[in-house]
Amino acid sequence: MNEHPDKENYLMAGYGWRSWFLTTDHKRIAILYMLSITFFFAIGAFFALLIRLELLTPAGDFVSSATYNRLFTMHGIIMVWFFLIPSIPSVLGNFLIPLMIGADDLSFPRLNLASWYIFMLGGIFTLISILFGGLDTGWTFYTPYSSSYASGQVLNAGLGIIISGFSSILTGLNFIVTIHKKRAPGLTWGRLPLFIWAHYATSLIFVLATPVLAVTLLLMIVERTLHIGIFDPSLGGDPVLFQHLFWFYSHPAVYIMILPAMGVVSEIVPCFSRRKIFGYKMMACASLAIATLGFLVWGHHMFVSGQSVYAGIIFSLFSFLVAIPSGIKVFNWVATMFRGTITFSTPMIYAFGFIGLFTIGGLTGLFLAALGMDIHVQDTYFVVAHFHYIMVGGAIMGYLGGIHFWWPKICGRLYPKGWPGLSALLIFIGFNLTFFPQFLLGYMGMPRRYHFYPEEFQALHVLSSAGASILGVGYIFPFFYLAWSFFRGPRAEPNPWRATGLEWKTESPPPVHNFDQTPIVTEDPYSYEEKP
Amino acid sequence: MHHEAIRIAGPVTTMSGVVDQLYWFLVFLTVLTSGLIIFLMLFFAVKYRRRPGHEVSHVVIEKTGLIEAIWIGVPLIVFLVIFFWGAKIYFQQMQVPAGALPIYCVAKQWMWKFQHPEGKREINELHIPIGVPIQVTLISQDVIHSFFVPAFRTKMDVLPNRYTNLWFQVNQPGEYKIFCSEYCGLWHSLMQGKVIAMTLDEYESWVDRGKKEPMALKGEQLIAKYGCWQCHQRGSTIASPIFDGLYGGKVHLSDGRTIVADETYIRESIVDPGRRLVAGYANVMPTFKDQISEEEILQLIAFIKSLGVSPGPASSEKTP
Ligand SMILES: [Cu+2]
Ligand SMILES: [Cu+2]
Repeated sequence: MNEHPDKENYLMAGYGWRSWFLTTDHKRIAILYMLSITFFFAIGAFFALLIRLELLTPAGDFVSSATYNRLFTMHGIIMVWFFLIPSIPSVLGNFLIPLMIGADDLSFPRLNLASWYIFMLGGIFTLISILFGGLDTGWTFYTPYSSSYASGQVLNAGLGIIISGFSSILTGLNFIVTIHKKRAPGLTWGRLPLFIWAHYATSLIFVLATPVLAVTLLLMIVERTLHIGIFDPSLGGDPVLFQHLFWFYSHPAVYIMILPAMGVVSEIVPCFSRRKIFGYKMMACASLAIATLGFLVWGHHMFVSGQSVYAGIIFSLFSFLVAIPSGIKVFNWVATMFRGTITFSTPMIYAFGFIGLFTIGGLTGLFLAALGMDIHVQDTYFVVAHFHYIMVGGAIMGYLGGIHFWWPKICGRLYPKGWPGLSALLIFIGFNLTFFPQFLLGYMGMPRRYHFYPEEFQALHVLSSAGASILGVGYIFPFFYLAWSFFRGPRAEPNPWRATGLEWKTESPPPVHNFDQTPIVTEDPYSYEEKP
Repeated sequence: MHHEAIRIAGPVTTMSGVVDQLYWFLVFLTVLTSGLIIFLMLFFAVKYRRRPGHEVSHVVIEKTGLIEAIWIGVPLIVFLVIFFWGAKIYFQQMQVPAGALPIYCVAKQWMWKFQHPEGKREINELHIPIGVPIQVTLISQDVIHSFFVPAFRTKMDVLPNRYTNLWFQVNQPGEYKIFCSEYCGLWHSLMQGKVIAMTLDEYESWVDRGKKEPMALKGEQLIAKYGCWQCHQRGSTIASPIFDGLYGGKVHLSDGRTIVADETYIRESIVDPGRRLVAGYANVMPTFKDQISEEEILQLIAFIKSLGVSPGPASSEKTP
């Protein structure tokens, strides 16, 4: 046992700026990512606040239409590419993958640091585009609007996204190689934690889908700057081609956001139920199935964009099929709780929130996969509500659950009881109040990206804005109690939750090289029945 | 301020009730399934909560394979039912009924411009008769828009390079909101209009009021104005395809393909003649891209259509 944990752990390994900005320690890089994406989240949330304030009244009277269009565009760009996509993989994945597989670091530690710098460079381009007035293309950059009509900082924002994409690709590559090559003795594929499986599947999408996004945005930029006809019909291009290319990346990107969150929930639920995960093999296969099938459904964003009827049929069918593995996961989590011994710890409360909201988000996805129904709700607030249930209700709940679960490991400190529960409750209530009315708005016909809207919709918009303010308050709490915990919280033991998994077998916080001795794995994952 | 209702409730069109049936089935399924999941989760959480006297179970669940097969199989069957149901409605929505009354719509930032075959034109208002199917042929003169009437439960994107179609048959007279539902720039949210549905008699007298020349007649005048007859005529010195019976017929292209001459093909042949050249003809026609408006192109097409439609597969209706 270690006599002087304070002298050894990764947080104490140096205090100067160089010790952080030139570190190759995956744990420190994870902290760099955590601070960066929290910063971007705050910007994205600020834009959301302004959007919800504007929508309190049917008249566009709080900001101008030009400003409003920029607000929802920049909210989308920041939240998708600079918060949701990097969130769990770059923070928790970076921190935990080597620890969970008993390795001292990722396979390419310097590449990992380079990934963070690339991400920040992309972020700087995007921030510059915001500071110089932003852009109004929507986060989807549909052509020919983006390439031939929009004014504003399309070029800088597009370059920012392309650059940050390389960070995703390199991170994915690093994870894949690490998971293949650096597993501890005895840690066979059948013993990998589901968090690892989820990140393996996510990394495949990172590597295979992100280049397509880069190419697509590059083509858009080429058309915009050099007027070479690719998407704009007046230059001889085809605008729907852009949508095919864009969604070929952006549908799988949804799974980049949700698969890691599923991985987090798969760790939390067995731990606080003291039960082996139900159907381990099926859970791992489901992650891979989602990653694979996710590449075959992009056309479900285009049922009313002039795509052929028969293409629509195929994309609809695959969209239903991809829902099956997601369903398996939900059922298996609930089955894991059956006959368990359940404690209502903060991470478990977030896991409950995730399962409930993800289920609603997933089921409302069936409306959009069903061709005849999609015609009506496509491009309305129904879609907005649906993807916020998946991304905010799912991905952010998963991220917060994961942060609370591994916080004692990351910081070596515990956080207080009470405040986190209250915060989770506020987030849950605020979230539902914000986004549930948007399903109703969508069914009634309220189109998305509307600055002015008919008076009939006002009551539901006011409810939604009220919910957003509760949601915002809920998000502020963790900043305070986690900051308090970091400096003043009681010291955490190596394994405060009595969880299985190699990350809990080392000190909290872990030493620089993670393990004093390479651990040897002799049991299956989640053997909680033996440790009630 | 004049204020027309969104009119979301009630079977306003022949299809809106059909879409709503699927909607309520999906709502029922969503409430049932998410209710069941959330109930079970909370029930287990309370029933098996850690407390004094709670016995830790060591029972390992057998037959997980069978259980998992059930929760793959049951959702699969339900999903296939929804898939076929949704696909059936989609086919109906995408298949314009024969004999539908044609209306032509040109969208631009930020207005809707409609032409009736009889020649009447209007902006952001569309007068239609009830009780007959209406086909709206859509084209944009700038970016992508989307024609959406919530009460009709239908929408279709409006593209700048080819025609798309949607149809509806309204049952009740009234006014129904049109929204642009594809983001199209600065005043996207004000790109609204209304459909004014009236009885057939009322519509006919409305169309007759301030009568204009029919679209086909205007098309004929345009053809004279732009000098199309110089070549597109039997016996012309420069061999060119002729217009009679062109619409809806098969065309053999110089690259060996055979296509159907639908509205999109005729439009393309006016603005970009060399792109899909008819076999056996030289690429000598100049482009009319910036000289002719989308409304005028529609009038030319109306004229070509009036010269006779080839029997065979009607084209545009099948490729929305
Ligand atoms: Cu998708
Ligand atoms: Cu629009």
